[in-house]
Amino acid sequence: MSNYLLLLHERPADFVNHTPEEFQAMFTEYMAWSEKIKADGAYVSGNKLKDEGGKSIVKNGDGMRVTDGPFIEAKEVIGGYYLIAASDYAAAVKISEGCPHLKYGGRIEVREIEQMG
Amino acid sequence: MEAVTHNSIRESLDHLFRLHAGQMVSILSHIFGLENLDMIEDAVQDSLLAAMKTWSYTGIPDNPRAWLIQVSKNRILDRLRYDKKFENVEDTQDQLDQAIRVFDSHDAIYFANEVGEDQLRMIFACCHPAIHADSRVALTLKIVGGFRVSEIARAFLASDESIAKMLTRARHRLRSGNIVLEIPPPADVPSRIDTVLKVIYLMFNEGYAASEGDELIRRDLCLEAIRLCELLSEHPVTSSPKVQALAALLLFQASRLDSRCRDTGELLLLSEQDRSLWDRSFIERAMRHFGLSAEGTELSDYHLEAEIAACHAVAGSFEETNWKHILGCYEILQQRKPSPVVDLNRIIALAKIEGAQRGLEELGRFRCSEKLKGYNLFYITHASFLTEVGRLKEAVDSYLKAVELTQNETLRRFLRGKIDSLAGQ
Repeated sequence: MSNYLLLLHERPADFVNHTPEEFQAMFTEYMAWSEKIKADGAYVSGNKLKDEGGKSIVKNGDGMRVTDGPFIEAKEVIGGYYLIAASDYAAAVKISEGCPHLKYGGRIEVREIEQMG
Repeated sequence: MEAVTHNSIRESLDHLFRLHAGQMVSILSHIFGLENLDMIEDAVQDSLLAAMKTWSYTGIPDNPRAWLIQVSKNRILDRLRYDKKFENVEDTQDQLDQAIRVFDSHDAIYFANEVGEDQLRMIFACCHPAIHADSRVALTLKIVGGFRVSEIARAFLASDESIAKMLTRARHRLRSGNIVLEIPPPADVPSRIDTVLKVIYLMFNEGYAASEGDELIRRDLCLEAIRLCELLSEHPVTSSPKVQALAALLLFQASRLDSRCRDTGELLLLSEQDRSLWDRSFIERAMRHFGLSAEGTELSDYHLEAEIAACHAVAGSFEETNWKHILGCYEILQQRKPSPVVDLNRIIALAKIEGAQRGLEELGRFRCSEKLKGYNLFYITHASFLTEVGRLKEAVDSYLKAVELTQNETLRRFLRGKIDSLAGQ
């Protein structure tokens, strides 16, 4: 078994203008999916990232240059992540395919965690 | 004890978002005033979006309302700070100070206790004389009940466009009409309560009839209407026999919610329902309100309708139902508020007593009524009378017409089943 990081990319504009009932329906699907991967023993952890935008840091001469963003206004942001356990990439992808994020226009990047020795 | 059970239903996670949408707008409007309704609705929308995303990763927090209030609060404070910085709005500092004060001095328990009163205040605002009479119901359904435009349109037998226009005008009045967000003083309650009760009545009907979508029984809507009605009936200023009568009516109807569906979700006619499934605790609650409604001399339409519902609730079987008493109630109702819908129900009761042929004759007299053209129950009734007298081919035509007018998938399936069984005969 290896651990895989699922990065959930999304376009913030896709989520505005929904009614409470639609939010309810989306939320229920996300919950059902995360409950399932927990029941299957695949779930390790998961978190939403804040919408406010983070910081980008690059070395700038002798100092550092720190910029804000990406912001919620950006075309695409990483909305959150899951860490899952799977036997191989094929299994990790299969688990990801069930995530409602894809249904609602998002994109999922699957990366295997490098394991030491 | 019942109040606790009731609350636990209302707080159930199934309907968290719509329930909170209405509650949050009412709470925050009480704090920031109706003139900020647009900002408040934006903040609530934002908080629901944030909840949907965050809770998807972390699960639902222990106190969802406190979570949502916290997020809405931050959104509102951000917005006020932004206005102060960039728009130079004069009152903003006062508003900002007041907002911070209110949020700091009231904890989640305060908001939990206050939420009922806040919703009553909001209902009375939506039913204020400054709001056009035709718009009050739609506005309350939208803002307090979290209804969608298309749902309101179906409840009113009106188009989406006309309801949307009506709501735009009404919201403008609500924001700018100098309306105080309050439960009216006792002397003003009698003149203000009727539109409030009508709102609750229609809210319940929308849930009970389930005019839109796949979900046959929108139990949450019915329970929300009952909850608001019981808030009125428990509040010393707003309670009256009429309020008790409406509470009784809604609870009698709601007692049949579970028996209206088979496992497959098919709609069941009253005659086919398993009466052992009727919720006795609802009927008992209804009876208590019905008893209280008899105090005083007032006779309202709700009294008559509650009496009809009580006849159904106490009947051991469909055949044992006191149809004569029901017919009498409908005849009085028809005199008090003539409407094609009441008349249709009167005809159904009459046909139970005098037969389907008599029902068909009566139906023929008003079938060209303009408003009923889009009303599927007319055609369903027509079809069932035709079936009873053996005019099966015509019955199929009427059921087809009813299918055309029905949006609800489950009811459509039920009607198609009727058509198939007639075609097989």
